[in-house]
Amino acid sequence: MSAKIKLVVIGNGPVGHNFLEYLVESGNSCQYQVTVFGEEPLPAYDRVHLTAWFKNQDVADINMVSEDFYPKNNFILHTGDKVINIDRTKKLVTSASGMKVHYDKIILATGSFPFVPPVHGHQRDNIFVYRTIEDLEKITAAAKTAKIGTVIGGGLLGLEAAKALMDLGLKTHVVEFAPRLMAVQVDDGGGAMLRKKIQDLGVSVHTQKNTQNISDGDTAVHKMSFADGEILETDIIVFSAGIRPRDELARQAELSMGERGGVIINNNCLTSNQDIYAIGEVALWNNKIFGLIAPGNAMAHAAVDHLTGTGTSEFTGADMSTKLKLMGVDVASIGDAHGNTPNSRSYTYVNDREEVYKKIVVSEDDKYLLGAVLIGDAAEYGSLLQFMLNKMELPSEPEGLILPRVDGSSSGIGIDALPDSAVLCSCMNVSKADVVETVQAGACDMAAIKSCTKAATGCGGCTALVTQVLNNELEKQGVEVNTDLCQHFSYTRQDLYNLVRIEKIKSFDELLEKHGSQSGTGLGCDICKPTAASILASCWNDHVLDEKLHSLQDTNDYYLGNMQKDGTYSIVPRIPGGEITPDGLIVLGEVAKKYNLYTKITGGQRVDLFGARSEQLPAIWRILVDAGFETGHAYGKSLRTVKSCVGSTWCRYGVQDSMGMSILLENRYKGLRSPHKLKMAVSGCTRECAEAQSKDVGIIATENGWNMYVGGNGGMKPRHGDLFAVDLSDVELIQYIDRFFMFYIRTADRLQRTSVWMDNMEGGLEYLKTVIIDDKLGLVNELEQEMSAVVGTYQCEWKTTIEDPIKMKRFEHFVNSKRHDDNVIFTTERQQIRPVLTAEKNTETITQ
Amino acid sequence: MTTNMTNKQWVAICNIDDILPNMGRCALFNNKQVAIFRVLDSAGGESFYAIDNYCPFSHANTLSRGITGNIDGKTVISSPLYKQHFDLLTGICLEDKNVKVNTYPVRLDGHAVLMSEATINVS
Ligand code: SRM
Ligand SMILES: Cc1cc2nc3c(=O)[nH]c(=O)nc-3n(C[C@H](O)[C@H](O)[C@H](O)COP(=O)(O)OP(=O)(O)OC[C@H]3O[C@@H](n4cnc5c(N)ncnc54)[C@H](O)[C@@H]3O)c2cc1C
Ligand code: SF4
Ligand code: FES
Repeated sequence: MSAKIKLVVIGNGPVGHNFLEYLVESGNSCQYQVTVFGEEPLPAYDRVHLTAWFKNQDVADINMVSEDFYPKNNFILHTGDKVINIDRTKKLVTSASGMKVHYDKIILATGSFPFVPPVHGHQRDNIFVYRTIEDLEKITAAAKTAKIGTVIGGGLLGLEAAKALMDLGLKTHVVEFAPRLMAVQVDDGGGAMLRKKIQDLGVSVHTQKNTQNISDGDTAVHKMSFADGEILETDIIVFSAGIRPRDELARQAELSMGERGGVIINNNCLTSNQDIYAIGEVALWNNKIFGLIAPGNAMAHAAVDHLTGTGTSEFTGADMSTKLKLMGVDVASIGDAHGNTPNSRSYTYVNDREEVYKKIVVSEDDKYLLGAVLIGDAAEYGSLLQFMLNKMELPSEPEGLILPRVDGSSSGIGIDALPDSAVLCSCMNVSKADVVETVQAGACDMAAIKSCTKAATGCGGCTALVTQVLNNELEKQGVEVNTDLCQHFSYTRQDLYNLVRIEKIKSFDELLEKHGSQSGTGLGCDICKPTAASILASCWNDHVLDEKLHSLQDTNDYYLGNMQKDGTYSIVPRIPGGEITPDGLIVLGEVAKKYNLYTKITGGQRVDLFGARSEQLPAIWRILVDAGFETGHAYGKSLRTVKSCVGSTWCRYGVQDSMGMSILLENRYKGLRSPHKLKMAVSGCTRECAEAQSKDVGIIATENGWNMYVGGNGGMKPRHGDLFAVDLSDVELIQYIDRFFMFYIRTADRLQRTSVWMDNMEGGLEYLKTVIIDDKLGLVNELEQEMSAVVGTYQCEWKTTIEDPIKMKRFEHFVNSKRHDDNVIFTTERQQIRPVLTAEKNTETITQ
Repeated sequence: MTTNMTNKQWVAICNIDDILPNMGRCALFNNKQVAIFRVLDSAGGESFYAIDNYCPFSHANTLSRGITGNIDGKTVISSPLYKQHFDLLTGICLEDKNVKVNTYPVRLDGHAVLMSEATINVS
């Protein structure tokens, strides 16, 4: 191929971006010279999760584009530059900044804009829409001086905007023209239940209100006057009255348009011009605009396939079923929710106590599902949707699908009955076959499914169903459902934890004897021994070198130091919060000098001394312990550090004493053994200098207390922590951390960090909150007691060890000689020691 | 399996209590670093094993510091640095059958742990 095809993508929203992702996946991107224009100042972000921006007011949380995506693929991206003209004769695109780019093909992905009805006064200040990050920034700024906020429009987006206003601390109203909320997706009964639930949350709902005028208010900024003569005073107004396609460019380029707007496309997403495709919310297919992300992505796929000629997918319409959580309320709508199909039947279940409403619409002969509405509990969404999409025959009494089960069995669908082609995740277009294949290729948990197929990473509505398929497939393979810890125990780590706790088992031998799978012959191994050691420590907290425990420990725990590549150890004294006195530093310096140790500052705000031979460890620790240092547990699957910034004591921005809090927390949780290591950090204000959001538990000071984040991780697969609770007092904070850690210790897998544990938790963050904050399982007292037992039995492992002459003996390298390991050889680099490379060694000494 | 052993000179290395149950210790024997293991089975029996202390994967003298156990019926030690398993009876690595460490005769005489001058070749 000689010259590259010049491709111009106009619009860098989610669909425009996904088009580029698919182009790269197709393997053809190098044949194109790609230029992208986006009107917004930022590269594509996930508009579906726009509201998540409020959490940290950080675009990183909803960013869709990895940093190197554009450069790596040689795509040129112009942000903050709108295309204003398409010249079809010269095949030239012109942008607002004056840039001119020739094209062979255009992808029009300009999306849509919020419709603002021409109500008198709609141009006043403090009136907003809800579509872009800039909109949210403006709303946030205005909310600082406002008390009341009103959303015009009670549809899906309107309710989401209402939630945002509520979270900003405003008294919130929703004004809707129709007689019920979410009129498009929900029937009367469902709308009534939804209204009740939303009002319970403190939002005032006004239906059948036609806003006619907005003028100066008497008690607030605006006065809204309705057609029925009533008025409402409010400081902020957010319009959410529907969307309109951004088709102005298409109009200018004289492409065929729909009567009420939208660029007409065919099944290949081609417009009336053979060189211009349109995808996403700007496109009109079969006289319909699709205001959801899944159809937009399907169009992007079809366009890539047609453009590159590598695939055959076409866009042939999309199912508009939705499931979402609005203000914590589950709402789902499937297919013909209103029962408009002639002769259809419906079944309804209403529970006023639990505030649940469920309706299914079925065909005349009861055989097929046509639609459904679920409010308050949408657990059946996934299986109902599959019944409808795959035209699967319903069970004989279809009402059973939405009635509560008395026997506790799960509802609905036989996974095996689902055809392979069934799309489980419509957001990411993942079929049952895709999930099954991924499992067959070795994936065995939801975290793996998510990263390999992207299923359940969009709206999340399909999580339960994808999990079912995953488990079903694992079960079929027979092998992988094997959750046995190892050959010696046919139990999971969680099972063993419970056995140890409940039967008060104190040693590995006892555990092996009572519950081991190879009765009589098993010795254990390097999997179950350290696991048992960790569980026994979490439960009873005896010294790791206790007679019945020491042989279970990994070498790092056994020598209370991290073994390095040459067999020497590192020494990491605890420096809580990173605070250390000059005298403390001098002692570390002196020890390092005396024993000729390599010294460095760690990534965990403390000092690591490397290159100590095992027989030197006791003497070194004698000096450190005498100087008041304790072990830093750098070797254990246990609490590492609680990093901290300097906080309000010194920093001009600090709002709380982060230093004091981090020292308190480090001293509280030091020595706590857990399924994997635990890291924490405390920042004194929202600038977050301690990087708390990358920790298992992160704490950020607020004017009113502490915000607590959980499940953060640096390392191999970074994950930002989830905001778990806000404005906690010191006491609440410690209570929640106690419960969180103990619940993790109880339920996590071996070597599973809190981040992966969170990713695999059914029900996710919300479930965790109900356990830890609302005490749904009636566990919190127990968890707190367990933690206080661990805190109360803390001992510095090194201090105890050097006071016991028997324990000290084991550190000698040879059992029968005072010599030391002559294979430990150092050379000097940058004025300190380092191990010699194998090539630098005399081979004779190595094997000797 | 053929065992071929010459020259049965037994040398006392240490006292039994110097090696804790289910643990290893490194001993200097014939100027070589040897890892001696004392493994209890649940029937109360006790076996001693001796292999090279030098780990062919990490090139460091570390095998005595691994965790003892059994896998598929073989009594093994796992390397502390990179976790490969070695069969204590044959010295063969479970993960890579081509890698083998030397094994040495070792026995208990009263409270004394003894090793022999000869190396055994098990094939
Ligand atoms: C010394 C230090 C590097 C340094 O020189 O700065 C270090 C050194 C080691 N890290 Fe680390 N990590 C060190 C900070 C970190 C950090 C930064 C932090 O804690 O703020 C991270 C990312 C944060 C996190 O954990 O989420 C980090 C992520 C890891 C990981 C990946 C964990 C993950 O979940 O992906 C491992 C591997 C593991 O644990 O399985 C690891 C493992 C290790 C081990 C234990 C590898 C090993 O098994 O030998 C290293 C031991 C060195 C030693 O002998 O002391 N280290 N390591 C840092 C010690 C901090 C301290 O004072 O305790
Ligand atoms: C708050 C909110 C919640 C939502 N929730 C859901 C949900 O739960 N599920 C769901 O499926 N969908 C949801 N949606 C809808 C979803 O976000 C849209 O379907 C999706 O964003 C459409 O993507 P798009 O790329 O077609 O258009 P857009 O996202 O509108 O992107 C188009 C981009 O093109 C730019 N542009 C326009 N004209 C030009 C030009 N001339 N030159 C250069 N650039 C231009 C625009 O500035 C914009 O950045 C939600 C939307 C919002 C606002
Ligand atoms: S990043 Fe890797 S090499 Fe560096 S200290 Fe951490 S574990 Fe060791
Ligand atoms: S359906 Fe939305 S994430 Fe799967």
